[in-house]
Amino acid sequence: MSMSSTNRQSRTWWQKNQQTLTPWLFLTPGLLMFAVYVVWPIFASFQISFYDYDGLSTKEYIGTANYSELWSDRAFKTSLYNNVIWLVLYMLAVPLGLMIAIFLNQTVRGIRIYKSLFFFPFVISQVVVGLMFAWFYAPNFGLLYKVIEFFTGKGIAILASPHYATYGIIAAGLWPQIAYVMILYLTGLNNVSPDQVEAARLDGAKGFKMLWYVILPQLRPATFIAVVVTVIGALRSFDLVSIMTNGGPFGSTRVLSYYMYEQALSEYGFRMGYGAAIAVVLFGIMMFFISGFVWKMIRDERGMS
Amino acid sequence: MFPRPIEKSGPAARVMYQIALPVALFIWLFPLLGVAVTSVRPSSDLASGNYFGMPSYFAWENYVSIFTDSPIGRYIFNSFKVTIPTVIGTLALSCLTGFALGIYKFKGNLLIFFMFVAGNFVPFQILMVPVRDLTYSLGMYNTTMGLAMFHIAFQTGFCTLFMRNFISALPKELIEAARVEGVKEWQIFWHIVLPLMRPAIAALAVLIFTFIWNDFFWATVLTTSASTQPVTAGLSSLNGQWVAAWHLVSAGSIIAALPPVLMFFMMQKHFIAGLTLGAVK
Repeated sequence: MSMSSTNRQSRTWWQKNQQTLTPWLFLTPGLLMFAVYVVWPIFASFQISFYDYDGLSTKEYIGTANYSELWSDRAFKTSLYNNVIWLVLYMLAVPLGLMIAIFLNQTVRGIRIYKSLFFFPFVISQVVVGLMFAWFYAPNFGLLYKVIEFFTGKGIAILASPHYATYGIIAAGLWPQIAYVMILYLTGLNNVSPDQVEAARLDGAKGFKMLWYVILPQLRPATFIAVVVTVIGALRSFDLVSIMTNGGPFGSTRVLSYYMYEQALSEYGFRMGYGAAIAVVLFGIMMFFISGFVWKMIRDERGMS
Repeated sequence: MFPRPIEKSGPAARVMYQIALPVALFIWLFPLLGVAVTSVRPSSDLASGNYFGMPSYFAWENYVSIFTDSPIGRYIFNSFKVTIPTVIGTLALSCLTGFALGIYKFKGNLLIFFMFVAGNFVPFQILMVPVRDLTYSLGMYNTTMGLAMFHIAFQTGFCTLFMRNFISALPKELIEAARVEGVKEWQIFWHIVLPLMRPAIAALAVLIFTFIWNDFFWATVLTTSASTQPVTAGLSSLNGQWVAAWHLVSAGSIIAALPPVLMFFMMQKHFIAGLTLGAVK
């Protein structure tokens, strides 16, 4: 008894506080990097959006002038409008990914190879995806051009048309996105309770009814993640626009992420303050979604512990 | 199992399914197949209008010529110089943060965790100007190291989410027992938790490798010259030079896509485990 009490007294300060201090020591390097490269820049961008700044000379405070300029900027409105189209059409990845997952959720021979080959597009860089689709759409010899020509007598150069170009890019973006959603649902389907399915089958449920009332409720975690990654994917649509059209023709395919880059860092000028203001708007849109997602995740986390 | 296993259906359905599979796959991968075939098509075929038939011969010289006539070899090398340090750095940092957040209960734990989670969703553009300025003032603008530094910081958010969830699912008794034995906290991390994290480390390694290899936005923002640009940015500028030289563009695309594709096929199980985290409860 006395041994252990002297032992306790002779414990050093470190030993006493080990359990409180360790987590903070472990967190420090990661937190530091994250604070410097992710958290601080968000606030810095907010600040820069109130300045006229070309990246080199000193910043000049101009109040909300950048924002009021946005208000009357046609290119900004086009970008915003295109972002909405992206968000709406990108959501198609969720049902389409589910369809392919259901199609592939069998146990025939060689199905594993089929599953991984269907997943393939997601592994490839969007730069390469963009080039592939640009080839597919290419005027005069591109396959899609030929097919349209065959049916209507006159081909359409998708990426050169202000009416179709955005849709052409979105189609290219959907390709890897559907693959991603598919793999989420394949994992989800793998974990659907066989007992419930059998019970529902005995009750005469099948086909779409079975899917809607029995399967989908069990796939909710997969659906949640699929929606989250699809929203983020739609709002991050920079690579494809840059590779396939550079925002053209006539700026018709710009989205906020691309327009921001174009204003802040391309040959069209180094308007970093104006670019930051565009980024703030994009951030606001993303925040709207993020807060919903994080709110749900916190609720789940509380519910679990 | 849903849908009903095809073996339980009639022979007609089974045959139909076996036919539908390759047909669907062919349509699905059509853009990829087209580019693969174009990459071995001689330029004379393109000139004579043979875009879709069989190539008149397999023009492997396209692959030789992109390596001899363009800096693509250098771009690939740069990609490795960005990707490998990022994978190592991110894993190191997130093992630590994941351990801290997964094992210890302390005030602010959940807050810090959700800060990492939320950071993942942030649009890159809101970070662009300050990160570019910061990289500049650190003297790392237009270097592979500057690019890797940003990637390490950003990917730590995602990896912390993954690691923390993985670690908090480990049996708590293991750690309690070690503490009773008087094992020091860092020893618990090194000798007990870290060995158990191998599957999580493998999954994240392949995932981060692919993400970073395929990154295009930061490559264009933080690097500008052929001596530092990774292959995504390099391919984009080569695309500008090879106007309508589709056989070269295709060969370059295939080369650029190859490393993550090989990685995926070698480490498929880990890759999918990482990607579908949270898709099941």
